[in-house]
Amino acid sequence: MWQGFPIRPDQASTIARGVDHLYYFLTAVDLFFTALIFLAIFYLAIKYRRRSEQIKATQVEGSLPLEVIWTIIPLGICAVTFLWGSSLFIRNSRPPEAATEIFVVGKQWMWKLQHPEGPMEINELHVPVRRPIKLTMTSEDVIHNFYVPAFRVQKDVVPGMYTSIWFEATSTGRYHFFCNQYCGTNHAVMGGYVIVMSPDDYEQWLSGGIRGESMVSAGAKLYEQLACITCHGTGKGPPFVNLFGSQVKLTDGTTVTADEAYIRESILYPSVKIVAGYQPLMPTYKGQVTEEQILQLLAYIKSLSSGGVSQSSKPTSYPPSLEGGGQGAGNQNAGGQQSPANVPVPPGP
Amino acid sequence: MGGGREGNHEMGTAVVEPGIESRVHYLNASYGIKSWLLTTDHKRIAMLYLASITFFFFIGGAAAVLMRLNLISPQGALLEPATYNKLFSMHGIIMVFFFLIPSIPAVLGNFLVPLMIGARDLAFPRLNLLSWYVFMVGGLFTLYAVIAGGVDTGWTFYTPLSTTYANTNVISAALGVFIAGFSSILTGLNFVVTIHKMRAPGLTWFRLPLFLWAIYATSIIQILGTPVLAITLTLVALERVFHVGVFDPAVGGDPILFQHLFWFYSHPAVYIMILPSMGVISELVTAFSKKRIFGYSFIAFSSVAIAVISFLVWGHHMFVAGQSIYAGIVFSVLSFLVAIPSAVKVFNWTATLYKGSVSYQAPMLYALGFIGLFTMGGLTGLFLATLAVDAHVHGTYFVVGHFHYIMVGGAVMGYLGGIHYWWPKISGRMYPDGWARLSAAIIFIGFNLTFFPQYMLGYLGMPRRYAVYAPEFQVLNVMSSAGASILGVGYLIPLVYMVWSMRYGPVAGPNPWGAKGLEWQTPSPPPTENFEETPKVTEEAYAYGTEETQVA
Amino acid sequence: MWVFLATEVMFFGGLFTAYIIYRNFYLSAFEAGSRLLNVKIGAANTAVLLCSSLTMALGVRAAQLGKKKLLVTFLVLTLLLGLAFIGIKLGLEWRHDYLEGFAPGVNWTFHGPDWRHLELFFCFYFFLTGIHALHMLIGVGILTTLIIMAGRGRFSPQRYNPVEVSGLYWHFVDIVWIFLYPLLYLIGGRY
Repeated sequence: MWQGFPIRPDQASTIARGVDHLYYFLTAVDLFFTALIFLAIFYLAIKYRRRSEQIKATQVEGSLPLEVIWTIIPLGICAVTFLWGSSLFIRNSRPPEAATEIFVVGKQWMWKLQHPEGPMEINELHVPVRRPIKLTMTSEDVIHNFYVPAFRVQKDVVPGMYTSIWFEATSTGRYHFFCNQYCGTNHAVMGGYVIVMSPDDYEQWLSGGIRGESMVSAGAKLYEQLACITCHGTGKGPPFVNLFGSQVKLTDGTTVTADEAYIRESILYPSVKIVAGYQPLMPTYKGQVTEEQILQLLAYIKSLSSGGVSQSSKPTSYPPSLEGGGQGAGNQNAGGQQSPANVPVPPGP
Repeated sequence: MGGGREGNHEMGTAVVEPGIESRVHYLNASYGIKSWLLTTDHKRIAMLYLASITFFFFIGGAAAVLMRLNLISPQGALLEPATYNKLFSMHGIIMVFFFLIPSIPAVLGNFLVPLMIGARDLAFPRLNLLSWYVFMVGGLFTLYAVIAGGVDTGWTFYTPLSTTYANTNVISAALGVFIAGFSSILTGLNFVVTIHKMRAPGLTWFRLPLFLWAIYATSIIQILGTPVLAITLTLVALERVFHVGVFDPAVGGDPILFQHLFWFYSHPAVYIMILPSMGVISELVTAFSKKRIFGYSFIAFSSVAIAVISFLVWGHHMFVAGQSIYAGIVFSVLSFLVAIPSAVKVFNWTATLYKGSVSYQAPMLYALGFIGLFTMGGLTGLFLATLAVDAHVHGTYFVVGHFHYIMVGGAVMGYLGGIHYWWPKISGRMYPDGWARLSAAIIFIGFNLTFFPQYMLGYLGMPRRYAVYAPEFQVLNVMSSAGASILGVGYLIPLVYMVWSMRYGPVAGPNPWGAKGLEWQTPSPPPTENFEETPKVTEEAYAYGTEETQVA
Repeated sequence: MWVFLATEVMFFGGLFTAYIIYRNFYLSAFEAGSRLLNVKIGAANTAVLLCSSLTMALGVRAAQLGKKKLLVTFLVLTLLLGLAFIGIKLGLEWRHDYLEGFAPGVNWTFHGPDWRHLELFFCFYFFLTGIHALHMLIGVGILTTLIIMAGRGRFSPQRYNPVEVSGLYWHFVDIVWIFLYPLLYLIGGRY
């Protein structure tokens, strides 16, 4: 505004300008009514100041028309704001189909960001510009929050479940990200930078940087190392081909969707849901796999489904019983079928 | 005169004009510590609360001063992060549970409810005293937590941080809050029964002063909401001790459940903090413009509407917590709805000034300041109810600015206005109005300087609860801290002149403001039994202009 | 008292809500836990409490009619039934669960599949019945006071409000049990 005094962060994502416009509208409404009230008070309090004890106030009874007007107008403004805000929010919560998925694990007091192609970053996130990116996140300990002011997005990062956000950066540069849910002593220093690069620079960075294997191949290795193959590859356990995103029938007669939450739960708490036609033989891997390894296994299992692409249109995995449904457009389970014994995301035994 | 300061019971008679001491009233009816600590007189109990919450206010305030000093520099000018984290947690716990929630109900409510309805005392005087003791026990547990090294979970005790990872005095702090909650419940219970059952003849519901409507609505919230907090904190304590897995996902629990349970109380709680203050404003605006309130029934029904809707909006604290979009939409709609009755009130108060006879003593300055600041703060609530904007500003200083505008610019100013307005009734003395107006002005200026920059910081992306911060946020932080120092001075001055006035202030008559209301029909300070004989009410509330109002 | 009971509804309501939510999450574990409880003893306790509500109501009636001896008799009966309830709950059920190794935090020995969810069920079981028992103990205290007062002839047909109000409290504690019993004992999938 004046002298370069900032009133808003950089507009570095596709949604930033939309959010800012809504914000300006709200600011205008706020300032307008605040000024209105202040001025009204000044005017009335001065015009009707007590000039002497003899002059009496005129008792005014109240006015129904006025009451109606100043109920309806605020109601109208609220309705407009609500509709504008929710539609923007709904749009901002649904990642586009082809979003690149990056996996984030937060823990006290650092961030681990895992690219599907392999590189793992600590407290820094390199992304290409003008490409939709979906972050699927979980925490290893307490609730954190991944917040990028320049992109106008944030989401709590909760232990025991996956949450996700998406963004599409519109200009290159370095943008702060912060942990935005108080998480203990070093909460204030648990942040870093999102580094948005041109697509060429990004490819270069990918190939040059800290290279691990791709998540899918790491997952495939784990599939063998952890002996999953001995059951799931022999028929003793349900097969993984085309599993991700499909409907799974359980022994108690209910049906669930095989999403990220279901697979994570099956790895850590296998006895909670048994697939119909199979025995409860699977041992738990709790304590033997890290969150990152679970994400790698997830990537591998996803790669075995038709299309091999993650269900990127599903915004968030959260306990179905606490959710109204928001499953996203691309998912077969649109509408959120609720079965009574639908155990939610990984809070486990 | 018996004093209100804890540990400072001036038991001797003051050197005053004859008249005030030749009469027996609630302050000099009996002397001695026992007569105060075992009193069942609602007025004395109100004074006990006054002393206690003033004490807690300054402790919470001291924490705030240290916090703002630390935030002058991006690297933290003063404190280790661990200490800072404890300070903001304790600032929140003390200010919310031991200052704001009791403030107006326990001090002004206790004092005024029987007086305003023409009764001798509350329905359950001994329960009232028990409420204070319960409050003090809760306060002691919390103070213990402070002294024993503090608690650093934030006043919101989010799990699993509070149940599993924090190694500070979570249980003592939670226990302190739990116990204080009973005080809140019992006080609310007392008020509801009193207002239902003990009104003077002729005092129908729609002749009640709006302060009582506000207290009634607040009491409903206190009664229904506080038990849920009690059970939630108990579960947290249990989990901390037994590690069973109610809220910790590592052992099978759900951290989001905690948030639902916690906010189910804590959102209505914020209305416990603001509704009584709104009630005070209704009294002040009418008394200082010598006018009936504009739209009485609208304000009365708005209070009730706010109380009811307040129970339906808790999810707006969780828009980015991982709950579903649909839940977010529902809570967003309801949160917009809860704003409407408040807007109606603001317009009605302003309209009351029209064709009035307005004077500018300190209480009125506080009231007018409230209306303006509450408008701005309340409207920033709309920002937070708007899903797409909240997705950006949740957890930032924008939220901090919003709730401080309501709580400090709103509730505290209403409280101070009420204290000033009823001070002559409470103490029999007038405070020096010049100093009072000066303080009101200093508070207004200091307040805005402290908290307006925080809106901007929030939108720029500065998270809250940060002991250190990114350098680009420094300018606004320094502005905010400068404002805080002015605000602190503004709060200290009334402490001085109010105490001074208890001994040296000019004696006040029964009705120094010429105001309507039963409380002004009895001497200042009132006798222990409040009224010589039960008054009969024949006129509407705020019936200015119907007859000569006696100015004493 | 009605207002106070409203707060109690919210208090227990919060606990019930949490229980129901977790039951929804972990149905099989909670059903298993429920089956581990002794339905017969629970039923006996239910009968005990229902009788105590009857004797309490009869006591209130006796107070209304000014019949002092009858009042004291009924109050004493209510007290004894209340104590019986607590004795059965703590002495029989809790002790049994503790000895069998189903007491979370103090003596938990079961480590089969899904044991953490089972432990959660028992946590709720002990907490819910414990808070209920605490309220009963308070009720026992109230009854004792009433008995002493009634013995001293403090109640009359004109002044028996404390008896009636205490009766309300007692009935409420009974009603909470009426909810607890099925929720904890009966929906274990065995019926």
